[in-house]
Amino acid sequence: MQNVNWIALAVFVVLFGGITWLGFAAARWRRGDLDLLHEWGLGGRRFGTVVTWFLVGGDLYTAYTFIAVPALAFGAGAIAFFAVPYTVIIYPMLFVIFPRLWQVTRNKGYITAADFVRGRFGNRWLALAVTVTGIVATMPYIALQLVGLQVVIGAMGVSGQGILGDLPLIVAFVILAAFTYTSGLRAPAAIAVVKDLLIYATAFAAIVVIPIQLGGFGKIFAAVPPQKLLLAAPAGGGWGSYGTYATLALGSAFALFLYPHSMTGILSASSRHAVRRNAALLPSYSFLLGLLALLGFMAIAAGVGQLPEYADGFKTFKANFAVPALFLHSFPAWFVGVAFASIGIGALVPAAIMSIAAANLFTRSIYREFVNPRATDRQEAQMAKWASLVVKFGALVFILAVPSQYAIQLQLLGGIWIIQTFPAVVFGLYTRWFNDWALLLGWAAGTAAGTWVAAAANFTPTWALAVGGYGIPGYTALYTLVINIAVTVAATMVLRALGVAMPLDLTVPADYRG
Amino acid sequence: MDQPGKRGHWSWWYLLLIVQFLIILLVPFYNVAEPTLGGIPFFYWFQLAMILIGAALTAIVYFATEKEEARR
Repeated sequence: MQNVNWIALAVFVVLFGGITWLGFAAARWRRGDLDLLHEWGLGGRRFGTVVTWFLVGGDLYTAYTFIAVPALAFGAGAIAFFAVPYTVIIYPMLFVIFPRLWQVTRNKGYITAADFVRGRFGNRWLALAVTVTGIVATMPYIALQLVGLQVVIGAMGVSGQGILGDLPLIVAFVILAAFTYTSGLRAPAAIAVVKDLLIYATAFAAIVVIPIQLGGFGKIFAAVPPQKLLLAAPAGGGWGSYGTYATLALGSAFALFLYPHSMTGILSASSRHAVRRNAALLPSYSFLLGLLALLGFMAIAAGVGQLPEYADGFKTFKANFAVPALFLHSFPAWFVGVAFASIGIGALVPAAIMSIAAANLFTRSIYREFVNPRATDRQEAQMAKWASLVVKFGALVFILAVPSQYAIQLQLLGGIWIIQTFPAVVFGLYTRWFNDWALLLGWAAGTAAGTWVAAAANFTPTWALAVGGYGIPGYTALYTLVINIAVTVAATMVLRALGVAMPLDLTVPADYRG
Repeated sequence: MDQPGKRGHWSWWYLLLIVQFLIILLVPFYNVAEPTLGGIPFFYWFQLAMILIGAALTAIVYFATEKEEARR
């Protein structure tokens, strides 16, 4: 590794100290009784349009995204831009579907999607499936946030052997765990405001300064190898890379808002109007992400991959080192500190929200449902706080003990798993035609098929599907969702024909409206 | 307020949202390098522009349906 970059490190540590204070101070922000689960775990549903914008923006556009998407552009080229259509597709869905979910959870006091499914379909096992899927999909996601943090710490030249090398990461995580425990969702909400301002400053500086240094966008794209510049046109019969690109975007979009952390961000909004407004306002983050994806090409044009001073970094972190190397190459040391802090803090915000979301799920749908049905509100909130600690330390141990490659593979599987809750959650919002056991069966079929296909494809996201010699490769999550829905529909028809009764629906149509 | 018999809160304005949905999935249409904009190939600037267009369409639908929403 290169020498320690003291100026960058000092700026980084000062900014990190600032947000640590902010995280603890946030407990007193829009004060509520933090011994109640909806106060600790949903910020009392008090966040208006602006705070929700910062919170959900900081939640969805994670540190890992800001490292990994440009890294994919750097390594693989045009395919990385699928993140753009992905985010274009998300927001109409947020706009139409989620005000309805917000409304019913608010009216019925639900904290998570599993809570809603429990009330709607009256089946605790179906709710358990949604819960376990949510928690299992979230864990590797938290671990991946640490990869982002590791990369920027490493890029500042901080390194060491054994436990000493892991120390900065452990310190950051202890801080994260402590303020999440005391302040709940208010901590990431407050920190998200600072973090997002830093990341916007970084991105716009990068998108203005670096192209000037490199002689304009024309020269940048001229440096990109032609086969990376566009998607490969499909050869012979079939959709080829077009199918992959479109289904990756579509499937990722379907999956995104089913993730517990996105759900938590949206449900903490103070009104359905705040949710609707954010569907039009959040695309500004997508634009930022699109610009940041171009940093991968700038890293190619700047030739950081060939510079000897970054060779060690690329060896350790592979393509994920592209953006840190580009920043080190292009910016003065103090601004490198700001940029790295925005990424480092950017890891803490989603990690905090994810651990809170997983804790909410565990507390409501496992602890209260199966362990202690008579838990008081206070016991419930206390259990959630402990659960958030367990989840975070689980993720920390995971990232320190196993190669980050596994975290990436598990996160990929997580997307395939979480999308299988789509029928119960999203269809459930509009209809109760589906039988609860049929939904569970469909979930099991989709999960099993998705896991099997992904493992057979050596943990790549695409299923090389071919129908009659016509290749339609696509995102495994989307294709296995089709299996899930088909099984759910067929089983529902059978169970209905047999006259199987369904449990009581605890929601009424008025619960879904304002 | 609740209007029994009226299904949810559907508005024809929502169809406008399908526009961005469909255009962005027509990958072969925009998988080309020309015309470039300020040196950026079409593939990239078109998709970035779609983010802005999508946000604008969502905002239009928001304002068109907000009165209806607020009345409920």
